[in-house]
Amino acid sequence: MKVAIIKYNAGNVQSVLFALERIGVNAILSDNADEIQSADKIIFPGVGEASSAMNYLRNNNLDSLIVSLKQPTLGICLGMQLMCKYSDEGNTNCLGIFNSSVKKFDFERQQGNILKVPQIGWNTIYNLNSNLFKSIKENEYMYFVHSYYVEKSEDMIATTNYGIEYSSALQKNNFYAVQFHPEKSSDAGQQIMQNFIAL
Amino acid sequence: MLTKRIIPCLDIKDGRTVKGINFENIRDAGDPVELAIEYAKQGADELVFLDITATNEKRKTFSELVTRIAKHINIPFTVGGGISTVEDVSLLLKAGADKISVNTSAYRNPQLINDLANQFGSQCIVLAIDTKFENNDWFVYLNGGKVKTETKTIDWALQGVELGAGEILLTSMNNDGTKNGFANDIIKLISESVNVPVIASGGAGTMQHFEKTFIEGKADAALAASVFHFKEIEIKKLKKYLSKQNISVRI
Repeated sequence: MKVAIIKYNAGNVQSVLFALERIGVNAILSDNADEIQSADKIIFPGVGEASSAMNYLRNNNLDSLIVSLKQPTLGICLGMQLMCKYSDEGNTNCLGIFNSSVKKFDFERQQGNILKVPQIGWNTIYNLNSNLFKSIKENEYMYFVHSYYVEKSEDMIATTNYGIEYSSALQKNNFYAVQFHPEKSSDAGQQIMQNFIAL
Repeated sequence: MLTKRIIPCLDIKDGRTVKGINFENIRDAGDPVELAIEYAKQGADELVFLDITATNEKRKTFSELVTRIAKHINIPFTVGGGISTVEDVSLLLKAGADKISVNTSAYRNPQLINDLANQFGSQCIVLAIDTKFENNDWFVYLNGGKVKTETKTIDWALQGVELGAGEILLTSMNNDGTKNGFANDIIKLISESVNVPVIASGGAGTMQHFEKTFIEGKADAALAASVFHFKEIEIKKLKKYLSKQNISVRI
């Protein structure tokens, strides 16, 4: 089993590498097309800002590479958002794997009942509908850190509610994406990583 | 629904936990990694590690410890203590920390918050504020509570968020160590004034104190040390209790 993590300018991938190590997988971190294409599973992580991340991917020809992948590929957090069509963050055209848009949480301030942005912490996922969530129970808790969200869509395989309902996971063909951080979501998150590796 | 977070805090000196801690099922209670694993098992939502030595010579020891923690625990954790440069933060994030907290150095040099937020993102920058109530208002204290400033806590919190802090960790020196409850008035004021999460710290003694800081203080998370270390409150029981009071927690 060869697992590649796509290396680019968005964020810290150390915790993804460690999480894979905990389930006995030694992944490689790479921005080399041959190396990525020859992997059995690919993880597209990301913490950062959409437009600068997309620019980096384009300048390094990683955008066309990601879209062309045929093996199971998992986007995490910003990785998920970049796999969508368009993001309001920096008015960015993204990879377009999922036909969804990415919007910013925008809540009316009501005294005594303020939803903070970013959403930071543990929230539930429900309406689970994918092999990725094998043995994961409805309303399981996952760890989220984000200010932008993917609207509800036809590719939705998990839903979360933070002021509004949105897509906390997507799937289309070999492409999977989660808004939360499975690598930081305790034993249930670890199960999701194992499920992905076992696909 | 987003849950309220329970966060044990571990003080670290020379790579070891400081306070006397007593868990039968742990081989080495002085080892922060073993304790961290135990807290994660009990249902802690996050962990905070404060390096209280935090001299330059000891920095390397701490970053090695951060990597050991990151390898072994599968919940998020914040590290803090003496962080004063972008390079410090870069080292600790690369070592595997999810977030870092800044305190005195950010007050002395507010631009640091801006630089850190631009380089690493607000989501990993926690602004820790030590505060004390005197002369009818809450003021910012520095250097672990040793140095008083004339800055009102609310003003510094607002400025810190404006500069890019993604969370506020607010410790009341009046309450810290008393076990008489959190300083819910200042916690509520800050929580309702900023749009980032506020972590209440200082004063936890009973399960009711946690309930109060979430309801009256409008805290998004609550941090405590000794009540967890000395098993006066068990995290599992605390969460069950909070859940019974209709406070949303991860169980």
